[in-house]
Amino acid sequence: QTHFLFLSLQAKMSRPVQARRLEGIDKNIWVEFVKLAATYSTVNLGQGFPDFPPPDFLKEAFLRALSEENHMLHQYTRAFGHPPLVKILAQFFGKLLGRELDPMTNVMVTVGAYQALFCCFQAFVDEGDEVIIIEPFFDCYEPMVKMAGGTTVFVPLRPRAPKDGKLMSSADWQLDPAELASKFSERTKAIVLNSPNNPLGKVFSQGELELIAELCVKHDVLCFSDEVYEWLVYDGKEHIRIATLQGMWDRTVVIGSAGKTFSATGWKVGWTVGPNRLLQHLRTVHQNSAYHCATLAQEAVAQGFQRELMLYGKPDSYFVQLPKELQKKRDWLVQSLDAAGMKPIVPEGTYFLVADISKFKSDVPDVPSSDEPYDSRFAKWMVKNKGLAAIPLSAFYSGAHKNNYNHFIRFCFAKEEATLKAANDILQKWKQEKTSP
Amino acid sequence: VEFTKVAADPSIVNLGQGLPDISPPTYVKEELAKAAAVDRLNQYTRGFGHPSLVKALSEVYQRVCGRKIDPLTDILVTVGAYGSLFSTIQALIEEGDEVIIIEPFYDCYEPMVRMAGAKPVFIPLRYKNDGETASSADWVLDPAELANKFNSKTKAIILNTPHNPLGKVFTREELQVIADLCIKHDTLCISDEVYEWLVYKGKKHIKIATLPGMWERTITIGSAGKTYSVTGWKLGWSIGPQNLIKHLQVVHQNTLYTCPTPLQEALAQAFWTDYKRMDDPECYFYSLSRELETKRDRMAQLLQEAGLKPVIPDGGYFMIVDVSTLNVGLSEGDEKQPYDYKFVKWMITSKKLSAIPLSAFCGPETKRQFEKYIRFCFIKKDSTLDAAEVILKNWNKQTA
Repeated sequence: QTHFLFLSLQAKMSRPVQARRLEGIDKNIWVEFVKLAATYSTVNLGQGFPDFPPPDFLKEAFLRALSEENHMLHQYTRAFGHPPLVKILAQFFGKLLGRELDPMTNVMVTVGAYQALFCCFQAFVDEGDEVIIIEPFFDCYEPMVKMAGGTTVFVPLRPRAPKDGKLMSSADWQLDPAELASKFSERTKAIVLNSPNNPLGKVFSQGELELIAELCVKHDVLCFSDEVYEWLVYDGKEHIRIATLQGMWDRTVVIGSAGKTFSATGWKVGWTVGPNRLLQHLRTVHQNSAYHCATLAQEAVAQGFQRELMLYGKPDSYFVQLPKELQKKRDWLVQSLDAAGMKPIVPEGTYFLVADISKFKSDVPDVPSSDEPYDSRFAKWMVKNKGLAAIPLSAFYSGAHKNNYNHFIRFCFAKEEATLKAANDILQKWKQEKTSP
Repeated sequence: VEFTKVAADPSIVNLGQGLPDISPPTYVKEELAKAAAVDRLNQYTRGFGHPSLVKALSEVYQRVCGRKIDPLTDILVTVGAYGSLFSTIQALIEEGDEVIIIEPFYDCYEPMVRMAGAKPVFIPLRYKNDGETASSADWVLDPAELANKFNSKTKAIILNTPHNPLGKVFTREELQVIADLCIKHDTLCISDEVYEWLVYKGKKHIKIATLPGMWERTITIGSAGKTYSVTGWKLGWSIGPQNLIKHLQVVHQNTLYTCPTPLQEALAQAFWTDYKRMDDPECYFYSLSRELETKRDRMAQLLQEAGLKPVIPDGGYFMIVDVSTLNVGLSEGDEKQPYDYKFVKWMITSKKLSAIPLSAFCGPETKRQFEKYIRFCFIKKDSTLDAAEVILKNWNKQTA
């Protein structure tokens, strides 16, 4: 008996202790780049978060909630979402989506939009399922599909040369309709849409969304619509919600984020909106993974939305003021980068901007034998030697495609004027160093 | 989820769901107010745990465990202990594995194990005493029965001490039996110790990870919600050796990435406050326990006077009660429903008092064994217990 025990122990010990679902998803670009920024950067335009505070009305709401006589806001609330929050979200998004929403069945609160995405992949993606991801993409989509046992299918946005003399816009990066159509198969379970898009800042047009919608309907495919930057659209552009297109409500999960909406990324409050036939499965995943979300922040976000509902469309609305502020910052950084010789792609939305660093390649020689994409080495060199942190665009591409667009880096411009000025100083100095003999 | 809905009615005295209706300590709320006022603390922090929090946790637990704990590699902060259980199970358990679960069990263990594709293997705690007043210590595992549950497929055993719902505090000897089997079969131990500070007079909470040969195979889980009476903060942590924690971190970075920042900062400061007075009886870890012991004793007395048989818990803030002696006519509800479910539904409707049926905490084979018990939560303010007292004092008058 001891002999058999010994053999079975040997077998056990030779197997890795971790589950197979972790295969290929252990690397994470942020762990590395956040550390680098923390260590070396004097100006951090890398990770996507504002360096300005959330609006006063939101901070005040949080303070009120935590110091209430009735301290029960420090205890568990409803697992699928704090009642005041789901109620206002149902009201607010009901208006935007043009339909009556039930707060209990059409809305679920999550720990950031990140966890909303996780619930979608876990709820709907199985082994054998394919999920279409548009490149470049917010990097977590790929490992989440893998963890759920699914297969990723990538389709790129392709840049078209801008009209003479103009700066490239995120609108110039487009899907090839035939190429997109070819990616749909009978195994396709879902497509992930991110509009406004991180990292490019692209705001998908009505035409582009209709193209995607038609294919979803034709192939009976779900749409996970990551709309966390929904309020950050510039130049009078409109954020169009794919769930409002024909045949889409019933197959779409809309994802939103308080962190991006209210400049409070550290609160980790997100939500999903969709038909009950889909949300019921998100609820199952949620109740078996996180269960409850923290109460206080939900209470404060609910109050934030109450205010915004009253001020909707008015100049005082945070959803009007924030994009106005950020557009100025966008234009400032665009100018800065252009003057320095980096070629910015002007984003239509989000608080990210991608720039072509080809002119600076001489500073960081190519190493053909290196596994690491060029832009990653460039970004690391830049933060260590110039103190300016940014994220390489290859971080937002699948393994096989990381070298397709490897001379771009992404900047976050949700930063105070002083930060952007400091960035400008670094860029101008760097340019001067290059041009002076 | 089912019972929370029913008990949300404010006219019902809610001793069901395990959440305090007492206030968190003032300094804890103050730390949160302070943290929220700092701009950068409203933005993302380190994914695996806010630096000041993991540092504070490492200091507290180094002291408790008597070993060095690296804040960056040996700790993961999660969304409640629930999130730690999920991360641990997703990281280390998969199809083909068996996981031993001790009954009765906190109800999420089973679905989480199944979601990971593994097979739960149940073993019940059995009552071994013929005395008048039962104690949670009278509920024990049969060592031979336990040993039989281990085989080459056993990946982990889930231990919960102090135990929900019984309140049992596993003794060193009992833990040693489990440890010996874990070592013999090279099995992991997932140790849910959320009630670790709530241990009553004469009892001691022992961490199985401190037994020889156990640190390297144990994930120990803790909870801010239970430690500081802030269940709505949903912060928990997993502590263990780097070679295991790193896999939990991978799960975490692919599920929700970071936990809320201001809450973590506030928790860190609260921990520093109590760390500095760990030799002082006024430390919240001990003062809360003393406060709850009084409530426990009061609750037990009220139940006994009402003709019910409580099982006095050595730890935690739950108490189970044998209600079979009442033999209340429960013609309502369907036959297939366990007795305790019917009893609780009846008690909520006619007595306006809520509890949780114990069969909710059992696997399918054991439901009949535990269906004569219901679980009360006693981390409630005096006025709540006063209201419960009124109901219990009038109990017999109405049922007669």
